[in-house]
Amino acid sequence: MSNLSSTGAPSLETEAGPLVHDTPDHSHSDHRMFGLATFLVADGMTFAGFFAAYLTFRAVNPLPAGHNYELELVLPTINTLLLLVSSYTFHRAGSALRRGDQPLCQRWLLITALLGFSFLAGQMKEYFSLPFGLTDNLFASTFYAITGFHGLHVTLGGLMILIVWWQSREGGRISINNQFPLEAAELYWHFVDGIWVILYGLLYLL
Amino acid sequence: MTISLMPETSGGSLQPQGWLRYLSFSTDHKVIGLQYMVCGFIFYLIGGALAGAIRTELLTPISDFLPRETYNEVLTLHGTVMIFLWIVPVVNGAFGNYLIPFYVGARDMAFPRLNAVAFWLIPPAGILLISSYFFASAAQSGWTAYPPLSTTTPATGQIIWILSVLLLGGSSIFGGINFIATILKLRRPGLKLMQLPMYCWAMLGTSILVVLSTPVLAGTLVLLSFDIIAHTGFFNPAMGGNAVVYQHLFWFYSHPAVYIMVLPAFGLVSEILPVHARKPLFGYTTMVYSILAIVFLGLIVWAHHMFTSGTPPWMRLFFTIATAFIAVPTGIKFFNWLATLWGGKLSLNTAMLFCCGFIVNFVFGGITGVALAQVPFDIHVHDTYFVVGHFHYIVYGGTVFVIFASIYHWYPKVTGRLLNEPLGQLHFWLTFVGFNLCFAPQHWLGLNGMPRRVAEYDPQFTLINQLSSAGALLMALSTLPFLINVVMSAFNGAPAGDNPWNALTPEWLTSSPPPVENWKGEPPLVHEPYGYGVAPGQLSLNASSGRDLWTLGQSVEEP
Repeated sequence: MSNLSSTGAPSLETEAGPLVHDTPDHSHSDHRMFGLATFLVADGMTFAGFFAAYLTFRAVNPLPAGHNYELELVLPTINTLLLLVSSYTFHRAGSALRRGDQPLCQRWLLITALLGFSFLAGQMKEYFSLPFGLTDNLFASTFYAITGFHGLHVTLGGLMILIVWWQSREGGRISINNQFPLEAAELYWHFVDGIWVILYGLLYLL
Repeated sequence: MTISLMPETSGGSLQPQGWLRYLSFSTDHKVIGLQYMVCGFIFYLIGGALAGAIRTELLTPISDFLPRETYNEVLTLHGTVMIFLWIVPVVNGAFGNYLIPFYVGARDMAFPRLNAVAFWLIPPAGILLISSYFFASAAQSGWTAYPPLSTTTPATGQIIWILSVLLLGGSSIFGGINFIATILKLRRPGLKLMQLPMYCWAMLGTSILVVLSTPVLAGTLVLLSFDIIAHTGFFNPAMGGNAVVYQHLFWFYSHPAVYIMVLPAFGLVSEILPVHARKPLFGYTTMVYSILAIVFLGLIVWAHHMFTSGTPPWMRLFFTIATAFIAVPTGIKFFNWLATLWGGKLSLNTAMLFCCGFIVNFVFGGITGVALAQVPFDIHVHDTYFVVGHFHYIVYGGTVFVIFASIYHWYPKVTGRLLNEPLGQLHFWLTFVGFNLCFAPQHWLGLNGMPRRVAEYDPQFTLINQLSSAGALLMALSTLPFLINVVMSAFNGAPAGDNPWNALTPEWLTSSPPPVENWKGEPPLVHEPYGYGVAPGQLSLNASSGRDLWTLGQSVEEP
């Protein structure tokens, strides 16, 4: 039957199942990065929902008199810079790994983690200095919900960086031959930073 | 018909034996598919029992069988169980996991372990949800959980409901990511996108909807739980919040959820009809673009559920027009199915009967859907039994009929045995008559003003409600021949052989049941999965226009 033909395709992986199209020279970039990117689209939609709710609240639900705050901008702006720089340092860690320089990669990772946790410390400091609490009004609740959800992402990302840092020591699981964990954490970190930039624009500047 | 690949694959089964693997953390996509199926069906029986309680209560105009609060709990559990634990997991998870790797020529899903995690989130979520009825009081605010209802009814049940739906949403997102990666990345070399069986396209579209819309529901439910636990006021107007924002965010997921339930069913019908009509699927290309159009339009019609929520006129206009537009791609698919049947050599077996039942029911549900998109009509029947009738014509008359059709179609694949035809036909007719008797009269009830989700009603509606309950009884009875059939045939059914329907899609081009990793040799490369009744080489799915398929399908004899 001519509409069924078998091709002389290259030998098929039978072990874990996937019929991988990859050639050995980029075998590290399997479908896990694609899966992670799809997951980040989903995660981004959660933030999109929060931002849409925030913008709608802003447009149609005026706050009671005396509840309109001027947010302090210095600390959040420093925090924004910390995250942006940390994206760059993570990128440097990735390039170091791709060159096979694991000690350098580890140093950049440590700097990245330090920047991430400084961000969280700054966020804490801001929380304790704000003139409103979670249930004071609609803006306060939305502010804490969105920044808190983002902070949760930064915390997870910071822990991921520490794990990646530990695993990229000499003899760890991460090396030039297995870059996936670092690349995955890096993509996630860039995503979290990107979300912060939008959040900063919408919650602080708008 | 001979298939050159068969000799190497028709040997003994490699699959590990023993039923215990169905209770294990198996990463085999076929085991996971069956886990979804059986788990979903158990929840279908539970949801059906809850529906039985509702219809028993509604036999009389007064609240006598159930206390009013229990009635609210029962209707909430019924909706949640049927949507999140039966239809979504089965029509996506069960058939998707079983079939998609075959269709793309892979040996498993892209992420087998994530796949197992996605399944094993479901039983705990379901048990959590149902146990809330026994240990606290279950949620009482319907499957929509609108505030202020959900923030003023007992909090424990509502929080358990939220936790359960969050778990199920996570399962759904993991599944969606897996399907997208499998369909786009694991295709066998040489297999083009426009040569995939239609169910792959349906699952790709569905998974895009899952990934884009489910997270919004998850975020919304987290905010709702803050309102309940931490006493924030996101959706509480008394605290300066906005209840309508909840509705927008909720329906941004839950309208696409209708397509998450129905698009896979469209895909399954597109697989079953050509096999039993012995004709190519009519208009493959238009089918693909219709699915993509439904995905796009499905994301921008949510506010048609909210015409009575103070929506501004421009919003009403936009969402009415967008909703009406969905009828176009949906109509294209229906005409394509009819054209597939037209002039075919139909075998009116149970699978085919359920597909035809689906077409009849869904057209009716679709027409009432277009009617509901019109603002003046919608305002008249909003929150009445008309909406209940419409909705059940879509999800039961549509999707559940297709689930049964698919079980009759793929049972021989899974077990190697045929289901009993007379019992199957009895099942179909009981279901079809019972279903229409149950839900058709509800349109009349709604048009005459009977509100939904209330345990009591005006005595003038008694007779019609009793008719509807009689239909529900027939539907309950219809489950018996089905269950007997499925259990008996597993032991005593007629041996089916590897390919009892002489089908051409790849899952049939291996042994039944298939070996672990699906094929003993290389996966077959199927360029024309619907080449029925066509001489070899005359059909090319990606090159043919609908008209080519039409003439070819009529003029050429079965090979």
